[in-house]
Amino acid sequence: MKFDVQDCTLVGKYRLTPTIYDFRLKNSQLAEITKPGQFTHVLIPGKTLRRPVSVCDVEGDIIRIVFEIRGDGTRILSECEVGSVINIIAPLGNGFNIPKDKKTVFIGGGIGVPPMLYCAEQAGSNSVVINGFRDKSAVILSEDFKKTGCRLIETTDNGTYGINGFVTDPLKEIIDDIDVIFACGPTPMLKNISILAKAHNKPCFVSLEQRMACGIGACLGCAVGIKKSDGSITYKHVCKDGPVFNSEEVDW
Amino acid sequence: MADLSVNIAGVEFSNPIIAASGTIGFGHEYGELYPLSVFGGISCKGTTLEERLGNPPPRIAETSMGMLNAVGLQNPGAEHFINVELPWLKKQNTVIIANAAGSTENDYCKITELLSDTDVDMIELNISCPNVKAGGAQFGKSPQSVEKITSAVRKYCKKPLIIKLSPNVSDITEVARAAECAGADAVSLINTLTGMRIDINTRRPIIKNVTGGMSGPAVFPVAVRMVYQVKKAVKIPVIGLGGISTWQDAVEMMMAGADAIQIGTVLFTDPYAPIKISEGLHGWLDTHEMKSVTELTGTVITD
Repeated sequence: MKFDVQDCTLVGKYRLTPTIYDFRLKNSQLAEITKPGQFTHVLIPGKTLRRPVSVCDVEGDIIRIVFEIRGDGTRILSECEVGSVINIIAPLGNGFNIPKDKKTVFIGGGIGVPPMLYCAEQAGSNSVVINGFRDKSAVILSEDFKKTGCRLIETTDNGTYGINGFVTDPLKEIIDDIDVIFACGPTPMLKNISILAKAHNKPCFVSLEQRMACGIGACLGCAVGIKKSDGSITYKHVCKDGPVFNSEEVDW
Repeated sequence: MADLSVNIAGVEFSNPIIAASGTIGFGHEYGELYPLSVFGGISCKGTTLEERLGNPPPRIAETSMGMLNAVGLQNPGAEHFINVELPWLKKQNTVIIANAAGSTENDYCKITELLSDTDVDMIELNISCPNVKAGGAQFGKSPQSVEKITSAVRKYCKKPLIIKLSPNVSDITEVARAAECAGADAVSLINTLTGMRIDINTRRPIIKNVTGGMSGPAVFPVAVRMVYQVKKAVKIPVIGLGGISTWQDAVEMMMAGADAIQIGTVLFTDPYAPIKISEGLHGWLDTHEMKSVTELTGTVITD
């Protein structure tokens, strides 16, 4: 089984900020085969399209997802109560291929922070996590990341918490000392990380977002522009070819 | 248990549920979940002579009880379809319908000629895709243009020919009749309704192509109405599609006049929908002591 459509029980629900929720979904079959950087496609009661939500962590038979209320669908999801049944397609996408013996930096921006937790747990303690947030009120998962053993650096755009600046500011200082970059977050952030990685000749893998329908690679809805070796552009799909792409291939 | 099999233009389907073109690709992904033989047939992704990249993203937007798409016929081209996809599809124990698209009449004739010499069971002519600049829906917009393209393609088509109709016309019965007169063996309807959404924060269309094709439960009543009208207007089989998401919808669509149905958008909501619809049809037929699903077709009472 590569993936399946299954019911999960919502066994834990936590509100991390006024708009960000942490859901614990119990399903041993799906949890067992879920890798870092993969995502779940969550059925929303009354909605035609599911919502893609990245996997934040897997603990035993629990898949943890952390999502932000962005619109009607995620609001409905946030109103599910503990004990309710949530139907997901999972695990989907390629995920991050995390080397054990490399010095790695994991970079998350905003709601791109959660998927980096499961990644950071797989890495050695000589790895670094850089998480960036809008301001202090948006900071999430600090304690969880500290437990991974990775060095944790946090930034806020306005300096109300951690380092004042963007994730690329501390990245510039450590980039010569690391082997590979993994990142998830807003497109402008990923683009800037990609530019920095290229300038320092470091491999960089980014997790992308796109409006999605089927989630499994059939409908070709969630296209992203990818550069071919001859320089021409083709379209690949976030759900099946991604969500993780080599940043050098992405047509920013 | 009742017999779900149907015969459309001489082709035997094990059940009346066909996967709609563009929603299932070439079957590999949904084939990870269940044998593709749960479908009576599969209408493959719209295929053109040459590979097409499709439209720039975003290609998808949600609507109330539905969605818009503007994928724009992204496909690997006829050669790939014939050499790579078709041999695998033919082993899946389901009817394989090639969905043929193009930009010019010549394109449609050429691809139909190519597909006619393969193992595909039927050819569905896509003259109703609203998301491409040239061809597509322009051939499906009037009875005259439908008659012209159908006649032209008919000369090259050695397989049963289905014409897929656009709902974005003033009178779909005229268009269906034109297809029938020009030699179509069946019609399928409806393709998507052209729609648009705007992000009020950016004042930009959500879909990069500006407009997209609307599908999903919201279009179902429009599809039922059009199938009902077309069934009365033509003698050839009618394949009904547009927003079918439950077995009750399937029964309703067949009562309106469909000889078979296609499902598409519901696969995104519930990939297991074809199995549930099939079970539901069996249950309904058994409860009503009907021996064959064909007994449902066109049984709506309007007096």
